[in-house]
Amino acid sequence: MDFTPNPDHEAIAEAVDRVCAQYDDTYWMEKDDKHEFPWEFYKSMAEGGWLGIVIPEEYGGGGQGITEGAIVLNRIAASGAGMNGCTALHLTMFGLNPVVKFGNDQLKDTFLPRAAAGDLHVAFGVTEPDAGTDTSRITTRAVEDGMGGWIVSGRKIWTSKALESEVVLLLVRTDGEPGQGFGGLTLFLADLNRDYCDIRPIPKVGRNAVASCEVFYDEMPVDGWRMVGERGKGFHHILHGLNPERILLANVACGIGEAAIRRAVNYANERSVFGRLIGANQAISHPLAQAHMQLKAAMQMAALAAWRYDNGLECGEQANTAKYLAAEASYFAADQALQTHGGLGYASEYHVERYWREARLQRIAPVSQEMTCNFIAQNVLGLPRSY
Amino acid sequence: MNVVVCVKQIPDPADPGALDPGTKTLKRDVKLILDESDTYGVEMALQLVDKAGEGSVHLVSMAPNNERSGLATALAMGAASATLISDPALLGSDALTTAKLLAAAIGERDGVDLVISGSESSDGYTGTVPTQIAAVLDLPSITAAKAITVDGGQVQIQRQTNAGYDDVTCSLPCVVSVTAGVVEPRYPSFKGIMAAKSKPVDERTAADLGFDAGQVGWAGAGQEIVDIAAAPARSAGEVVEDDGESYTKVIEFLENLKVI
Repeated sequence: MDFTPNPDHEAIAEAVDRVCAQYDDTYWMEKDDKHEFPWEFYKSMAEGGWLGIVIPEEYGGGGQGITEGAIVLNRIAASGAGMNGCTALHLTMFGLNPVVKFGNDQLKDTFLPRAAAGDLHVAFGVTEPDAGTDTSRITTRAVEDGMGGWIVSGRKIWTSKALESEVVLLLVRTDGEPGQGFGGLTLFLADLNRDYCDIRPIPKVGRNAVASCEVFYDEMPVDGWRMVGERGKGFHHILHGLNPERILLANVACGIGEAAIRRAVNYANERSVFGRLIGANQAISHPLAQAHMQLKAAMQMAALAAWRYDNGLECGEQANTAKYLAAEASYFAADQALQTHGGLGYASEYHVERYWREARLQRIAPVSQEMTCNFIAQNVLGLPRSY
Repeated sequence: MNVVVCVKQIPDPADPGALDPGTKTLKRDVKLILDESDTYGVEMALQLVDKAGEGSVHLVSMAPNNERSGLATALAMGAASATLISDPALLGSDALTTAKLLAAAIGERDGVDLVISGSESSDGYTGTVPTQIAAVLDLPSITAAKAITVDGGQVQIQRQTNAGYDDVTCSLPCVVSVTAGVVEPRYPSFKGIMAAKSKPVDERTAADLGFDAGQVGWAGAGQEIVDIAAAPARSAGEVVEDDGESYTKVIEFLENLKVI
């Protein structure tokens, strides 16, 4: 085992910290309040070349692994930007992974250089109102138009960043019927053509700088070359990206927890009640210490999962474990930060309530804690499938 | 346009620094970072070279333990190469010795048009090194520059003063120390960080630069640190009860600070 600090990783973290330092908590509070996309922040990250760091070098990217990409997202989240900052660029950074792995040359040549430059906004259209975790029930359908292309109709929900995005990675049914397994699903990188789709933001608890949307597709034409990988293997192609997604989100969750603890510690070191700093009370300090330890443990598991993925090793257990631990640690940290602030924690100007709203999301997305336990119980412990 | 920028690598000001009671100097055996005040000089140099359309920015730094973390930051910003002076014999060197060593490293290079440095380091604050370098190299020295323009063989400087700034013109080559001025230091980009790894850093010892052990470090220092003491704790602020006229106290306070 070698835990020697990697100078590249330290340099990446420091550089991202510097960029993020320009955008303080007040900036993110305003973006969240006004439901405004953080364009200034996005442009700063694009100019620094950070959006392309996991895109292969042959397409103008940095050719780095999930380990390095995770550092970028962790530092963004820890700056106080949280999910608002990470989701603004997450899909441009990582969403095209199925295109990198399975896409045809025309798709790669057309879109990857633009993603590497931060010039391409990508949305992810998988979830449907009646097909959440049970992806086999997808009903949005693509039918052949007889000229080599496809016509897409249906409805997706929780398509993050649809309002800003030019293209969407769209999982649709080309064959078979809902509930009959995954064989009939196909993946496209389609234009979000506003003439044929209707995009409606979903009012939600937090992360409001980046809208999550309901998207209605009404006979939207898609060229044949926009198919990613093979017909009927769309779910398989997406599956390939699920472990990296869990690793990345674990890093985001831990970053939010770090930001929350930082604010809580500062407050506990300044706020005096009954003639003493509240941080001197173990009822305050012990939960914060516990939160810190839980975050550190989750980060270690996330680092292990990322290392295994980047080295081509099976990482399902580690990625799911990291995601689970990070979500719990993040929420505990944010909740304790809010508790530390007392009534003021409920006020927006102290920012921990924003972290708390975002930390809560970690326990339900991109996969619920319960489904993560199901995975570990069934696939690691060898227990019977429970659903 | 070939510019040399003197940069210092210092302990991170965000971490509480510590003085070594034995040497009575700042402990510098921790990871060092690029002094933020030097980022302005690096940025000015990069802009001047960009504008000239030819030449490069070379860094010169003196640091213990072959430390190069701060150099890596400046190389990631866009500097082309660096000279790192590092030698255990340099421990205890005073400002003048430092200036002589930096000047020797600068003097090794051909075709230097301009030498830029910060006004003073954020850990030592002597503020004397830039002028001393100029004296050793027998070059003109201009301090407190907030803007630099190169025109032919001359440089035009806006030199910060208490009242505003002076316009100064000087022939090249010269040594200019800069303040946190009108430039906004760029952030290292991802590609800049990766490219910095392969940029040349020449390591030089005191002997390489023509100094023997008696001329540098404690032995060569013309000064002695007699004593060190902790900074006094910050005193409580003045509380003014507002009787309707307290604004005059505010004005008086600001006038004393010379900010109005």
